[in-house]
Amino acid sequence: MKTLKNILVLLAVALYACTPNTENANEQNIETQRKNTIGETLPELSIYNLPSTWTTQNGKDIELKDLQGDVVVMVMIYTTCKAACPRLVADMRNIQSQVPGANNKNVKYVLVSIDPETDTPERLKQFAIDNEMDSNQWVFLRGSENDTREFAAVLAVSYKAISPIDFSHSNIISVFDKQGVLVHQKEGLGVDSKETLASIIELSNI
Amino acid sequence: MFYKLILSITLCFASLMVMGQFENMAVIKGGSYTPFYGTDSSRVVLNDFALDTYPITNAEYEDFLGKYPEWNKHRVIALYADGNYLIQFDENGNLLPGENPKAAATSVSWFAARKYCECNGKRLPTLDEWEYVAMADETTADARTKTTFNEFILSWYEKPKTSSQSIGTTFKNYWGVYDMHGLVWEWTLDFNSVLISGESRKDTKKDNNLFCGSAAIGASDLMNYAAFMRYAFRGSIKAKYAVRNLGFRCAKDIPAN
Repeated sequence: MKTLKNILVLLAVALYACTPNTENANEQNIETQRKNTIGETLPELSIYNLPSTWTTQNGKDIELKDLQGDVVVMVMIYTTCKAACPRLVADMRNIQSQVPGANNKNVKYVLVSIDPETDTPERLKQFAIDNEMDSNQWVFLRGSENDTREFAAVLAVSYKAISPIDFSHSNIISVFDKQGVLVHQKEGLGVDSKETLASIIELSNI
Repeated sequence: MFYKLILSITLCFASLMVMGQFENMAVIKGGSYTPFYGTDSSRVVLNDFALDTYPITNAEYEDFLGKYPEWNKHRVIALYADGNYLIQFDENGNLLPGENPKAAATSVSWFAARKYCECNGKRLPTLDEWEYVAMADETTADARTKTTFNEFILSWYEKPKTSSQSIGTTFKNYWGVYDMHGLVWEWTLDFNSVLISGESRKDTKKDNNLFCGSAAIGASDLMNYAAFMRYAFRGSIKAKYAVRNLGFRCAKDIPAN
């Protein structure tokens, strides 16, 4: 019964998303889509155009556009990762500690899970605590498999499950401006973060 | 407004019923196989699924644009498609004169292809599903060791402008699926699961070059070479890219029993 209900809910969502509208209704939709909550027009390249919903380490459901207004530094990881992720997480922490305090008020550090099945909000919370990333400056996000794949596609992050508990993935740290437009990407582990830092500081100065 | 909503929901239900019968799709019996993964080889297990018999055509895509004008090239946002999106269409979603309506719809980004499938109650095939079906020639489910089959694929890779050919003009494979090889390359749902690198935890552009070199030396037969070409291509594209010889087809789960 519960399954049936879920199917009906899914169906309703699918129908809503794919219901053809008349030309006029569509114009309006597009206009609404392109306006953010403040009423400014979002740049076309902003990730805040993505309609996906995510859950944080505190169990709160958010849309990406809720991050709007801050500079966002983002990385895709999974908590059971033993090899590259600890280095990536260390890179993130290093970057965070080197951004001046005044700037850091305008910066959010976001870690998106590529393993939504394992990485429950509770697990992400524990990971945050264990890695001393438990302030409100650190946001851990978990989404559906489909939305995660889409988000990775936008970031040009590749990942693949190589076993039930292990993934191959690109090691990319991305910096977004306050409007959600990708400004800078750093690839590789333990790579010099100078450019990343410069870009974060410049964007958060404005 | 309410009336319109009811009408479109009814229409949508009606079309879902038709699609429920896997119209114009081939049923693919699941199984396991060893894909080409560079050094990351492991057997992949697939459930039964259905795959479109043909790639989506220009005519079908034109129809989609009529229903979802927000995917016309002057309306789509830059996040979802680059400047090469739909170069064979005009701004109002009409196919340009001289373009073949029966050719595969190419110059379509991953976002657009995915949306097309979703709006038809389907999804893009996974990379493993696509490769599984692409192993088949006319008579065998896995023809990867046949020299003639690999020669056919590789000779196509050398042929220019096959993308303007009509669908169905190459062979019908073991599963009843046409044009897996010979016309266009195709998007897969998880095309970005390809990590081209000698060292799989790092995939910078430099490593791309490194892998190209090592793969050419390491690839011991034509089968790996053809697969390598496809994986390398997938590893080099981004989701918003629209490429003239890159089209798509849709897939669907088959519920157990």
